[in-house]
Parts: sequence; structure tokens; C-alpha cells
Amino acid sequence: MKKINLIIGILGLSVLFVSCGGNSSNNSGALNSSAAEKVYVAPGELDEYYAFISGGFSGQLAVHGLPSGRLFKVIPVFSQDAEKAYGYNEETKPMLNTSFGFVPWGDAHHPDLSQTNGEIDGRWCFINENNTPRVARVDLTTFETVEIIELPNSAGNHSSPYVTDNTEYVVAGTRFGVPVPQKDMPIDEYKGNFKGALSFIKVDKETGGMNLEFQVMTPGFDYDKAHPGRGKSHGWMFFSTYNVEESNTLLEVNASQRDKDFIAAVNWKKAEEYLKSGKYTTMKTNYAHNVYDEHTQMATSTMKKEVKVINPAECPGVVYFLPMPKSPHGCDVDPSGEYIVGSGKLSANVTVHSFTNMMNAIENKKFDGEAYGIPIVSFEDALAGVVKQPGLGPLHTEFDGKGNAYTTFFISSEVVKWKLGTWEVLDRKPTYYSVGHLMIPGGNSQKPFGKYLVAMNKITKDRYIPTGPELCQSAQLYDISGDKMELLSDFPTVGEPHYAAACPTELIAPNSKKIYKLEDNHHPYATKSEAEAKVTRNGNEVHIYMTSIRSHFAPDNIEGVKVGDKVYFHVTNLEQDFDVPHGVSMIGANTSELLIMPGQTETFIWEPKQVGVWPFYCTDFCSALHQEMQGYIRVSPRSSSIKLSWSLDGE
Amino acid sequence: MKSLTKKIVLGVTIAMFLVACGGGESNSNTTKSNDNSKQIIDPMNDKGIGPIISVDISGVIDVNMAIKGEEIFKGKCAACHKMDKRKIGPEMAGITAKRTPEWIMNMIMNPDQMVKENAQARELLMEYSAPMANQSLTESETRAILEYFRQYDNENLLTQK
Repeated sequence: MKKINLIIGILGLSVLFVSCGGNSSNNSGALNSSAAEKVYVAPGELDEYYAFISGGFSGQLAVHGLPSGRLFKVIPVFSQDAEKAYGYNEETKPMLNTSFGFVPWGDAHHPDLSQTNGEIDGRWCFINENNTPRVARVDLTTFETVEIIELPNSAGNHSSPYVTDNTEYVVAGTRFGVPVPQKDMPIDEYKGNFKGALSFIKVDKETGGMNLEFQVMTPGFDYDKAHPGRGKSHGWMFFSTYNVEESNTLLEVNASQRDKDFIAAVNWKKAEEYLKSGKYTTMKTNYAHNVYDEHTQMATSTMKKEVKVINPAECPGVVYFLPMPKSPHGCDVDPSGEYIVGSGKLSANVTVHSFTNMMNAIENKKFDGEAYGIPIVSFEDALAGVVKQPGLGPLHTEFDGKGNAYTTFFISSEVVKWKLGTWEVLDRKPTYYSVGHLMIPGGNSQKPFGKYLVAMNKITKDRYIPTGPELCQSAQLYDISGDKMELLSDFPTVGEPHYAAACPTELIAPNSKKIYKLEDNHHPYATKSEAEAKVTRNGNEVHIYMTSIRSHFAPDNIEGVKVGDKVYFHVTNLEQDFDVPHGVSMIGANTSELLIMPGQTETFIWEPKQVGVWPFYCTDFCSALHQEMQGYIRVSPRSSSIKLSWSLDGE
Repeated sequence: MKSLTKKIVLGVTIAMFLVACGGGESNSNTTKSNDNSKQIIDPMNDKGIGPIISVDISGVIDVNMAIKGEEIFKGKCAACHKMDKRKIGPEMAGITAKRTPEWIMNMIMNPDQMVKENAQARELLMEYSAPMANQSLTESETRAILEYFRQYDNENLLTQK
């Protein structure tokens, strides 16, 4: 009887196994319409989309899957990360160097993916930092931050990075007007004296390498968001502005005086022509350019000293101002490149300009005066239409590629779907609560994947079990494949999710690196076999060339280290198999652990302060004998004459 | 008898699982189910499981290939294996007299599946505790290591004589 049960059980299991091949999306029946089924990614199955969600004031970038919302990785970008040793190990410390010195934290804002012909190509993810103005590039084969460039003459890098159709440029518009160059002057002399630098960072087609190509020096307004022209408007970049009043205090009131602020339309192709003809000034400055080299596995920081500056008043045709009501925040261009959507935070309407109308107005000189030598295009002549009273506090708009736009409303806490061209509201769904950004995979490109919409909320209150006064941030997933939006799920995010970018899994997953090949490891302190493991001394500097493999270090016994030494652990992971990292940590080291991927070398410094025999161990569970992966270092008094020696199993 | 029935059912179940979800390496499916029935196979008839179906070792030892193999062995394998004595895993001396060339290459290239499904590899895991690491070597790199083993055994057998 027992035996029969066993057999039936096993047969049952085998039926389960047979059905696990991934046909579940074709299931039909009673559960067909349930939200749960739409977000359920069964164990062992994979998500349809990668979503790169801003880590906000954590300074990092989170990788989630859609539709599940599962968190896969937090990529350290602008802040130190003790889990991964980013900004702690000697290799990556230079990534966080700036003109202000080493800055261990950043305020990450808007992730955006590289594009080719206006479509997401899955090569790199760019993200800007607001506090110490910077833009970073994450390589999507390794999911590591490989480059960070600082922006001079800038303060509060908010309207950034926003990738152009062929990733020619990422941009960085300053949120705060500042004296350029910086100088000691009265704050209340802001008006007319402070400047707003719009930086254009050129991206190398092959390597992704970034170079600050030029800055357009505009009036000291607050540049808030930006969106590149698409298709027909390719070659232009549109920046929203507020505080055209140029107020320097109580902006809440004083920057809301005028009926309209501006969208700054910048013709970067025209700017390139001026650059070519030499119509620019070279300004002395100082900013950091940090690059991680995958071959040496080291980052280097270079201080750059110059930037080319274009003065728009002297270079006609580079900048035009489009009036936009009431302190616009979002500035979004539809996939065709025709419509420029502005969302005045204090406006009851969403205002849409037409690129064609703007070009006609410019050609026919339909201007309403100028500001600091920059023509202001007549509002009525540029206008395409108005979405009338769709909600309160419009912020951001994305597109589904089917002629519809989706705008978030912070104050009325909802997403509103409306139609491009007719401006009619088609649907609205509440968000929980106070939505800021939204994201449709590919929704800011020429080719949106209009299946899901992610709303990123500022407030979560009662949506999750409470965790004291500080709560998680939150995203909500909507199905937008039908006429009406459907809320599918809530999932928590890391830090304030300022923006996100997403694309189909197949654009990235096939290129994802599994290991670093040992033969390509050109780290100057790499140890490529156990035979090469050694310990050297140079004065009070001790270098340990150590290897790790399941599950031992070589060497694992070291003697002859003294109090007052500066001990460098250079640890190479000799594994060449997928998903076998090793960690290492040392008692008394005033830094993080190392987390070393197969084929990689990383370094930390330990300055022993106490005599004794001190253990080190592997921190990342690596095999059944992980607990055995440990070693000892004997630390002798400064005056000791014990010679440096090292061994593994007595050899 | 009772336990034999269980084993057969279990074997069939696992085989079904592999057919349903295993994907990819269809060329070794038949070998897999054979191994799971835990039949005692003469090691010199056991080719193991993996990409290597047959290796021709009828020719003389390729010295250049053996030198290359020794280099790779020192870089990728020596952290766990010595030629002349046990380290983390078993010593390599004499391996060409104990295992087929196909088994050796499959063990290097496909260790995860080998230690789970090949009876001899599984026994080694029991004895040595640490699983054989996959060092992601190519077929030609693995073949070079095999040549190094052949040369090593050849020379040591000669000196013993």
C-alpha cells in the first residue's frame, strides 16, 4: 500500500515536471482575467522585462523584473555599497572622486537606456546625480557602473540624462542657477548674473565613453526635465524651466509669479556647426572624469580642466524659448517627435506644443520678444492643443506607441490616459499615493512596448505593513494593453523612484556576462594560479597576493606581519564558473568585505593594530565547505624580527 | 525486489523530468538514464556524460599540445589538484589508466552534471566532499590537458619500468 502511494506520488510529480516547460501564458479559464495571474512568474520562469528603477537618495540603481516586480540587483552607482565593496575597495574608490574630493553619496535620479534609431538597444543605462552634478554609465553586459563624469558650472543636475535617438548625446541641465564661474558675491544679485549651464555629453558609438563636448550657457533659470527630439525633431533637445522670475528666496511663492515659464528648445546640431566654425569660448574649469577599465579591473579618475561654452545670444538659432504655463515639470516628446508635452505643476491643463508649428513660427519670426537675447516663440503659434482639466498637479507623460499618452497627477494621485491629437481623456486610474514619475517600457523612445505602465509613488502610508516612521518607496504596475488601464500589483522600491527605464528581457539577457576570463584579467596585482600566490614587504607595506577557489584561500597561513603595517589583500577569484563569487573579510579591517566575481581581482587595506593571531574568512557561501574557507594571520609587535612567511597546508 | 521497483520508478521519473525540462543536451539523454540505474560499469567503458562522445588517442603524444595542457592545468586546475598527491581533489597521476579519455574530458567540461548523474563521479564527490569546479574550459583546452595527463602517465610508467 505504502509502495503504491509512493508510485502515485512520483507519477504525480512527474506530470508536474512535464508541465513546467513554460506554456502557462496560454492558460485559460476562470483565472484568466485575474490580476494575480498577470503578474505571477512561476518558480523557474523568467520575467518579460528588465526595469531599471532609480534608487533616488540611496544613490543607486535597482534592477527589477516585470511583471513580477522582483528585485534582482541593486547596482551601486553614486554611493558606497558595503555589500559589493563599491567605493570601499581600492579598485572602485576613484569612481566616487569629484572636484570636491571623495564623495561617498549621491542623489540618483533618472535612468535612461541607450538607443539606436530611436529604439532601445540594451547596451548601457545612463543615470544622473543631482547633488554633485554627475552622469554615470552602467554597462549592461556586466551590470556595473563603468563611468562617471562630473559637470562643471552646474548645480543640481536634474534635467538629465535623456538619451538622443542614436545615443549621440546625454544631457545635463542645471537645476539651480549659479555664478559661472563660481565667485564670492551677494546672493540677492542673482537676477541677471547667475547662469544656467546646459551640458551636452557626447557618447562614443563603440565604447560608450562619455566626453563633455560643450555647454550652452543660458540665463539662470531652473532647468527641470528634458526630452530629446525624436524622428522629425531629432537634433533638438527640450528642457523645461521654472523660476524664470530668477528669484533667490522663497521660490515656493516667488518663482510662481509669472503666468508662464519656458521650454528651452536647443538645436544641438546647430550648436555643433558653431563649434566647428570656432564660435565658442574655452573656459577654464575643473571636473572629474572617472572610468572603470574592465581589463585592469581598476577605476582611474582624471581631472579635466576645460570646457567649450556656447553663448546662445551670440549664436542665433541654437536656443528658443517656448512659453509653457505655470512652472512646468515634465517635458516629454511623443514617439513621432511632433508633440512636446509640458506639465505645469500649478496648471489645471496639460499643454502640448507642436514641433511643426514651432518650426513654422521660427521661420516666420512669430516671436513674443526675447529673454537675454534668446527669442521667445509666440505661445499661440507653437501650440498644438490642450488637454483640459485632466487632473491636479500634472508631472510626467509617457507614450504607448498607439497614439495615447499617459500623464501622472501628483495632487489628485492618478494616472490619466489621453489621446494625442484629439486631447480627449480616455481613462483614469488612482495611484496609491501621490504618483511622481511613470514609465512604460520604451515609453520615451520612438518604439514603446505598450503593455505595462509602472507608476512610481512618493507616499505609501497604509499600503504595506508599517516599518516605523520610515517606509519603503513604492511602484505600481498597470496593464495598459486594453482600452482601460488595470492595476495589477504594488511592489516596494529602493529609495525614491525618480524615474525608471525598461526593455524586453531579450535585448539584454543574451549579452549578460557570466564570468570574467582569467586570461583577460590584467589587474596589476592579479594572482592567476596558486603557484603565484605570495606575500611581499616594502617597508611597512605588505602585499598579499591571494587566490580563492572552492573552498580555500592560498595562502591561508601568514606570519611576519607587524603592528603598524599597511597590509594590502589583493584577492583573485580563480573560479571560472557562473555564479561562484567568493568574499573575504578580515577582523579589524576598517573597511567593507570584498565580493569577488570569478576571474576578478579586488583589493582592500588592513592596518593591524593589535598583536595576535587573527582570522579571515570567505563571506559569500560558496560550497558545502564554505565554513572551512578561512585562514590566519599572525601579527607580531613592531619590534619583532619574525620573517615574512606564508603557506597553504604546510607548503 | 521492493527497492528495485522504487529505483526503476525513480529512474523513469527523473528521465521524464529531464525530457520535459532539461533542454539543450539531447545527445546525452540515453547515457543519463543508463547512469541513473546505477549499473556498475567498468570505468574503462564509461565515457561519462557531456559533450565528448569519442576521443581518438591512437596517435603518438603531441608534445606541444601537452605543454599547452600543462600550462592550463597549472592556471585553472592546480588550486585543487596535484599530479602526485591528493590535495582538495584526487591526484592526477595514473588517471589515464583508470578512466576513459572521454570520461576525463566530460568530467572537466561538465562536472556539475557528472557529479550528480555519473556513478563514478558521484562516488568521488562522496569521498572528497568538495565538488569538482567547472572552470569553463573549451574543448581544445580540455583536450590539451588530457594530452598532458597522457604524457605524464607515459613518462612515469616508463620510469617505473
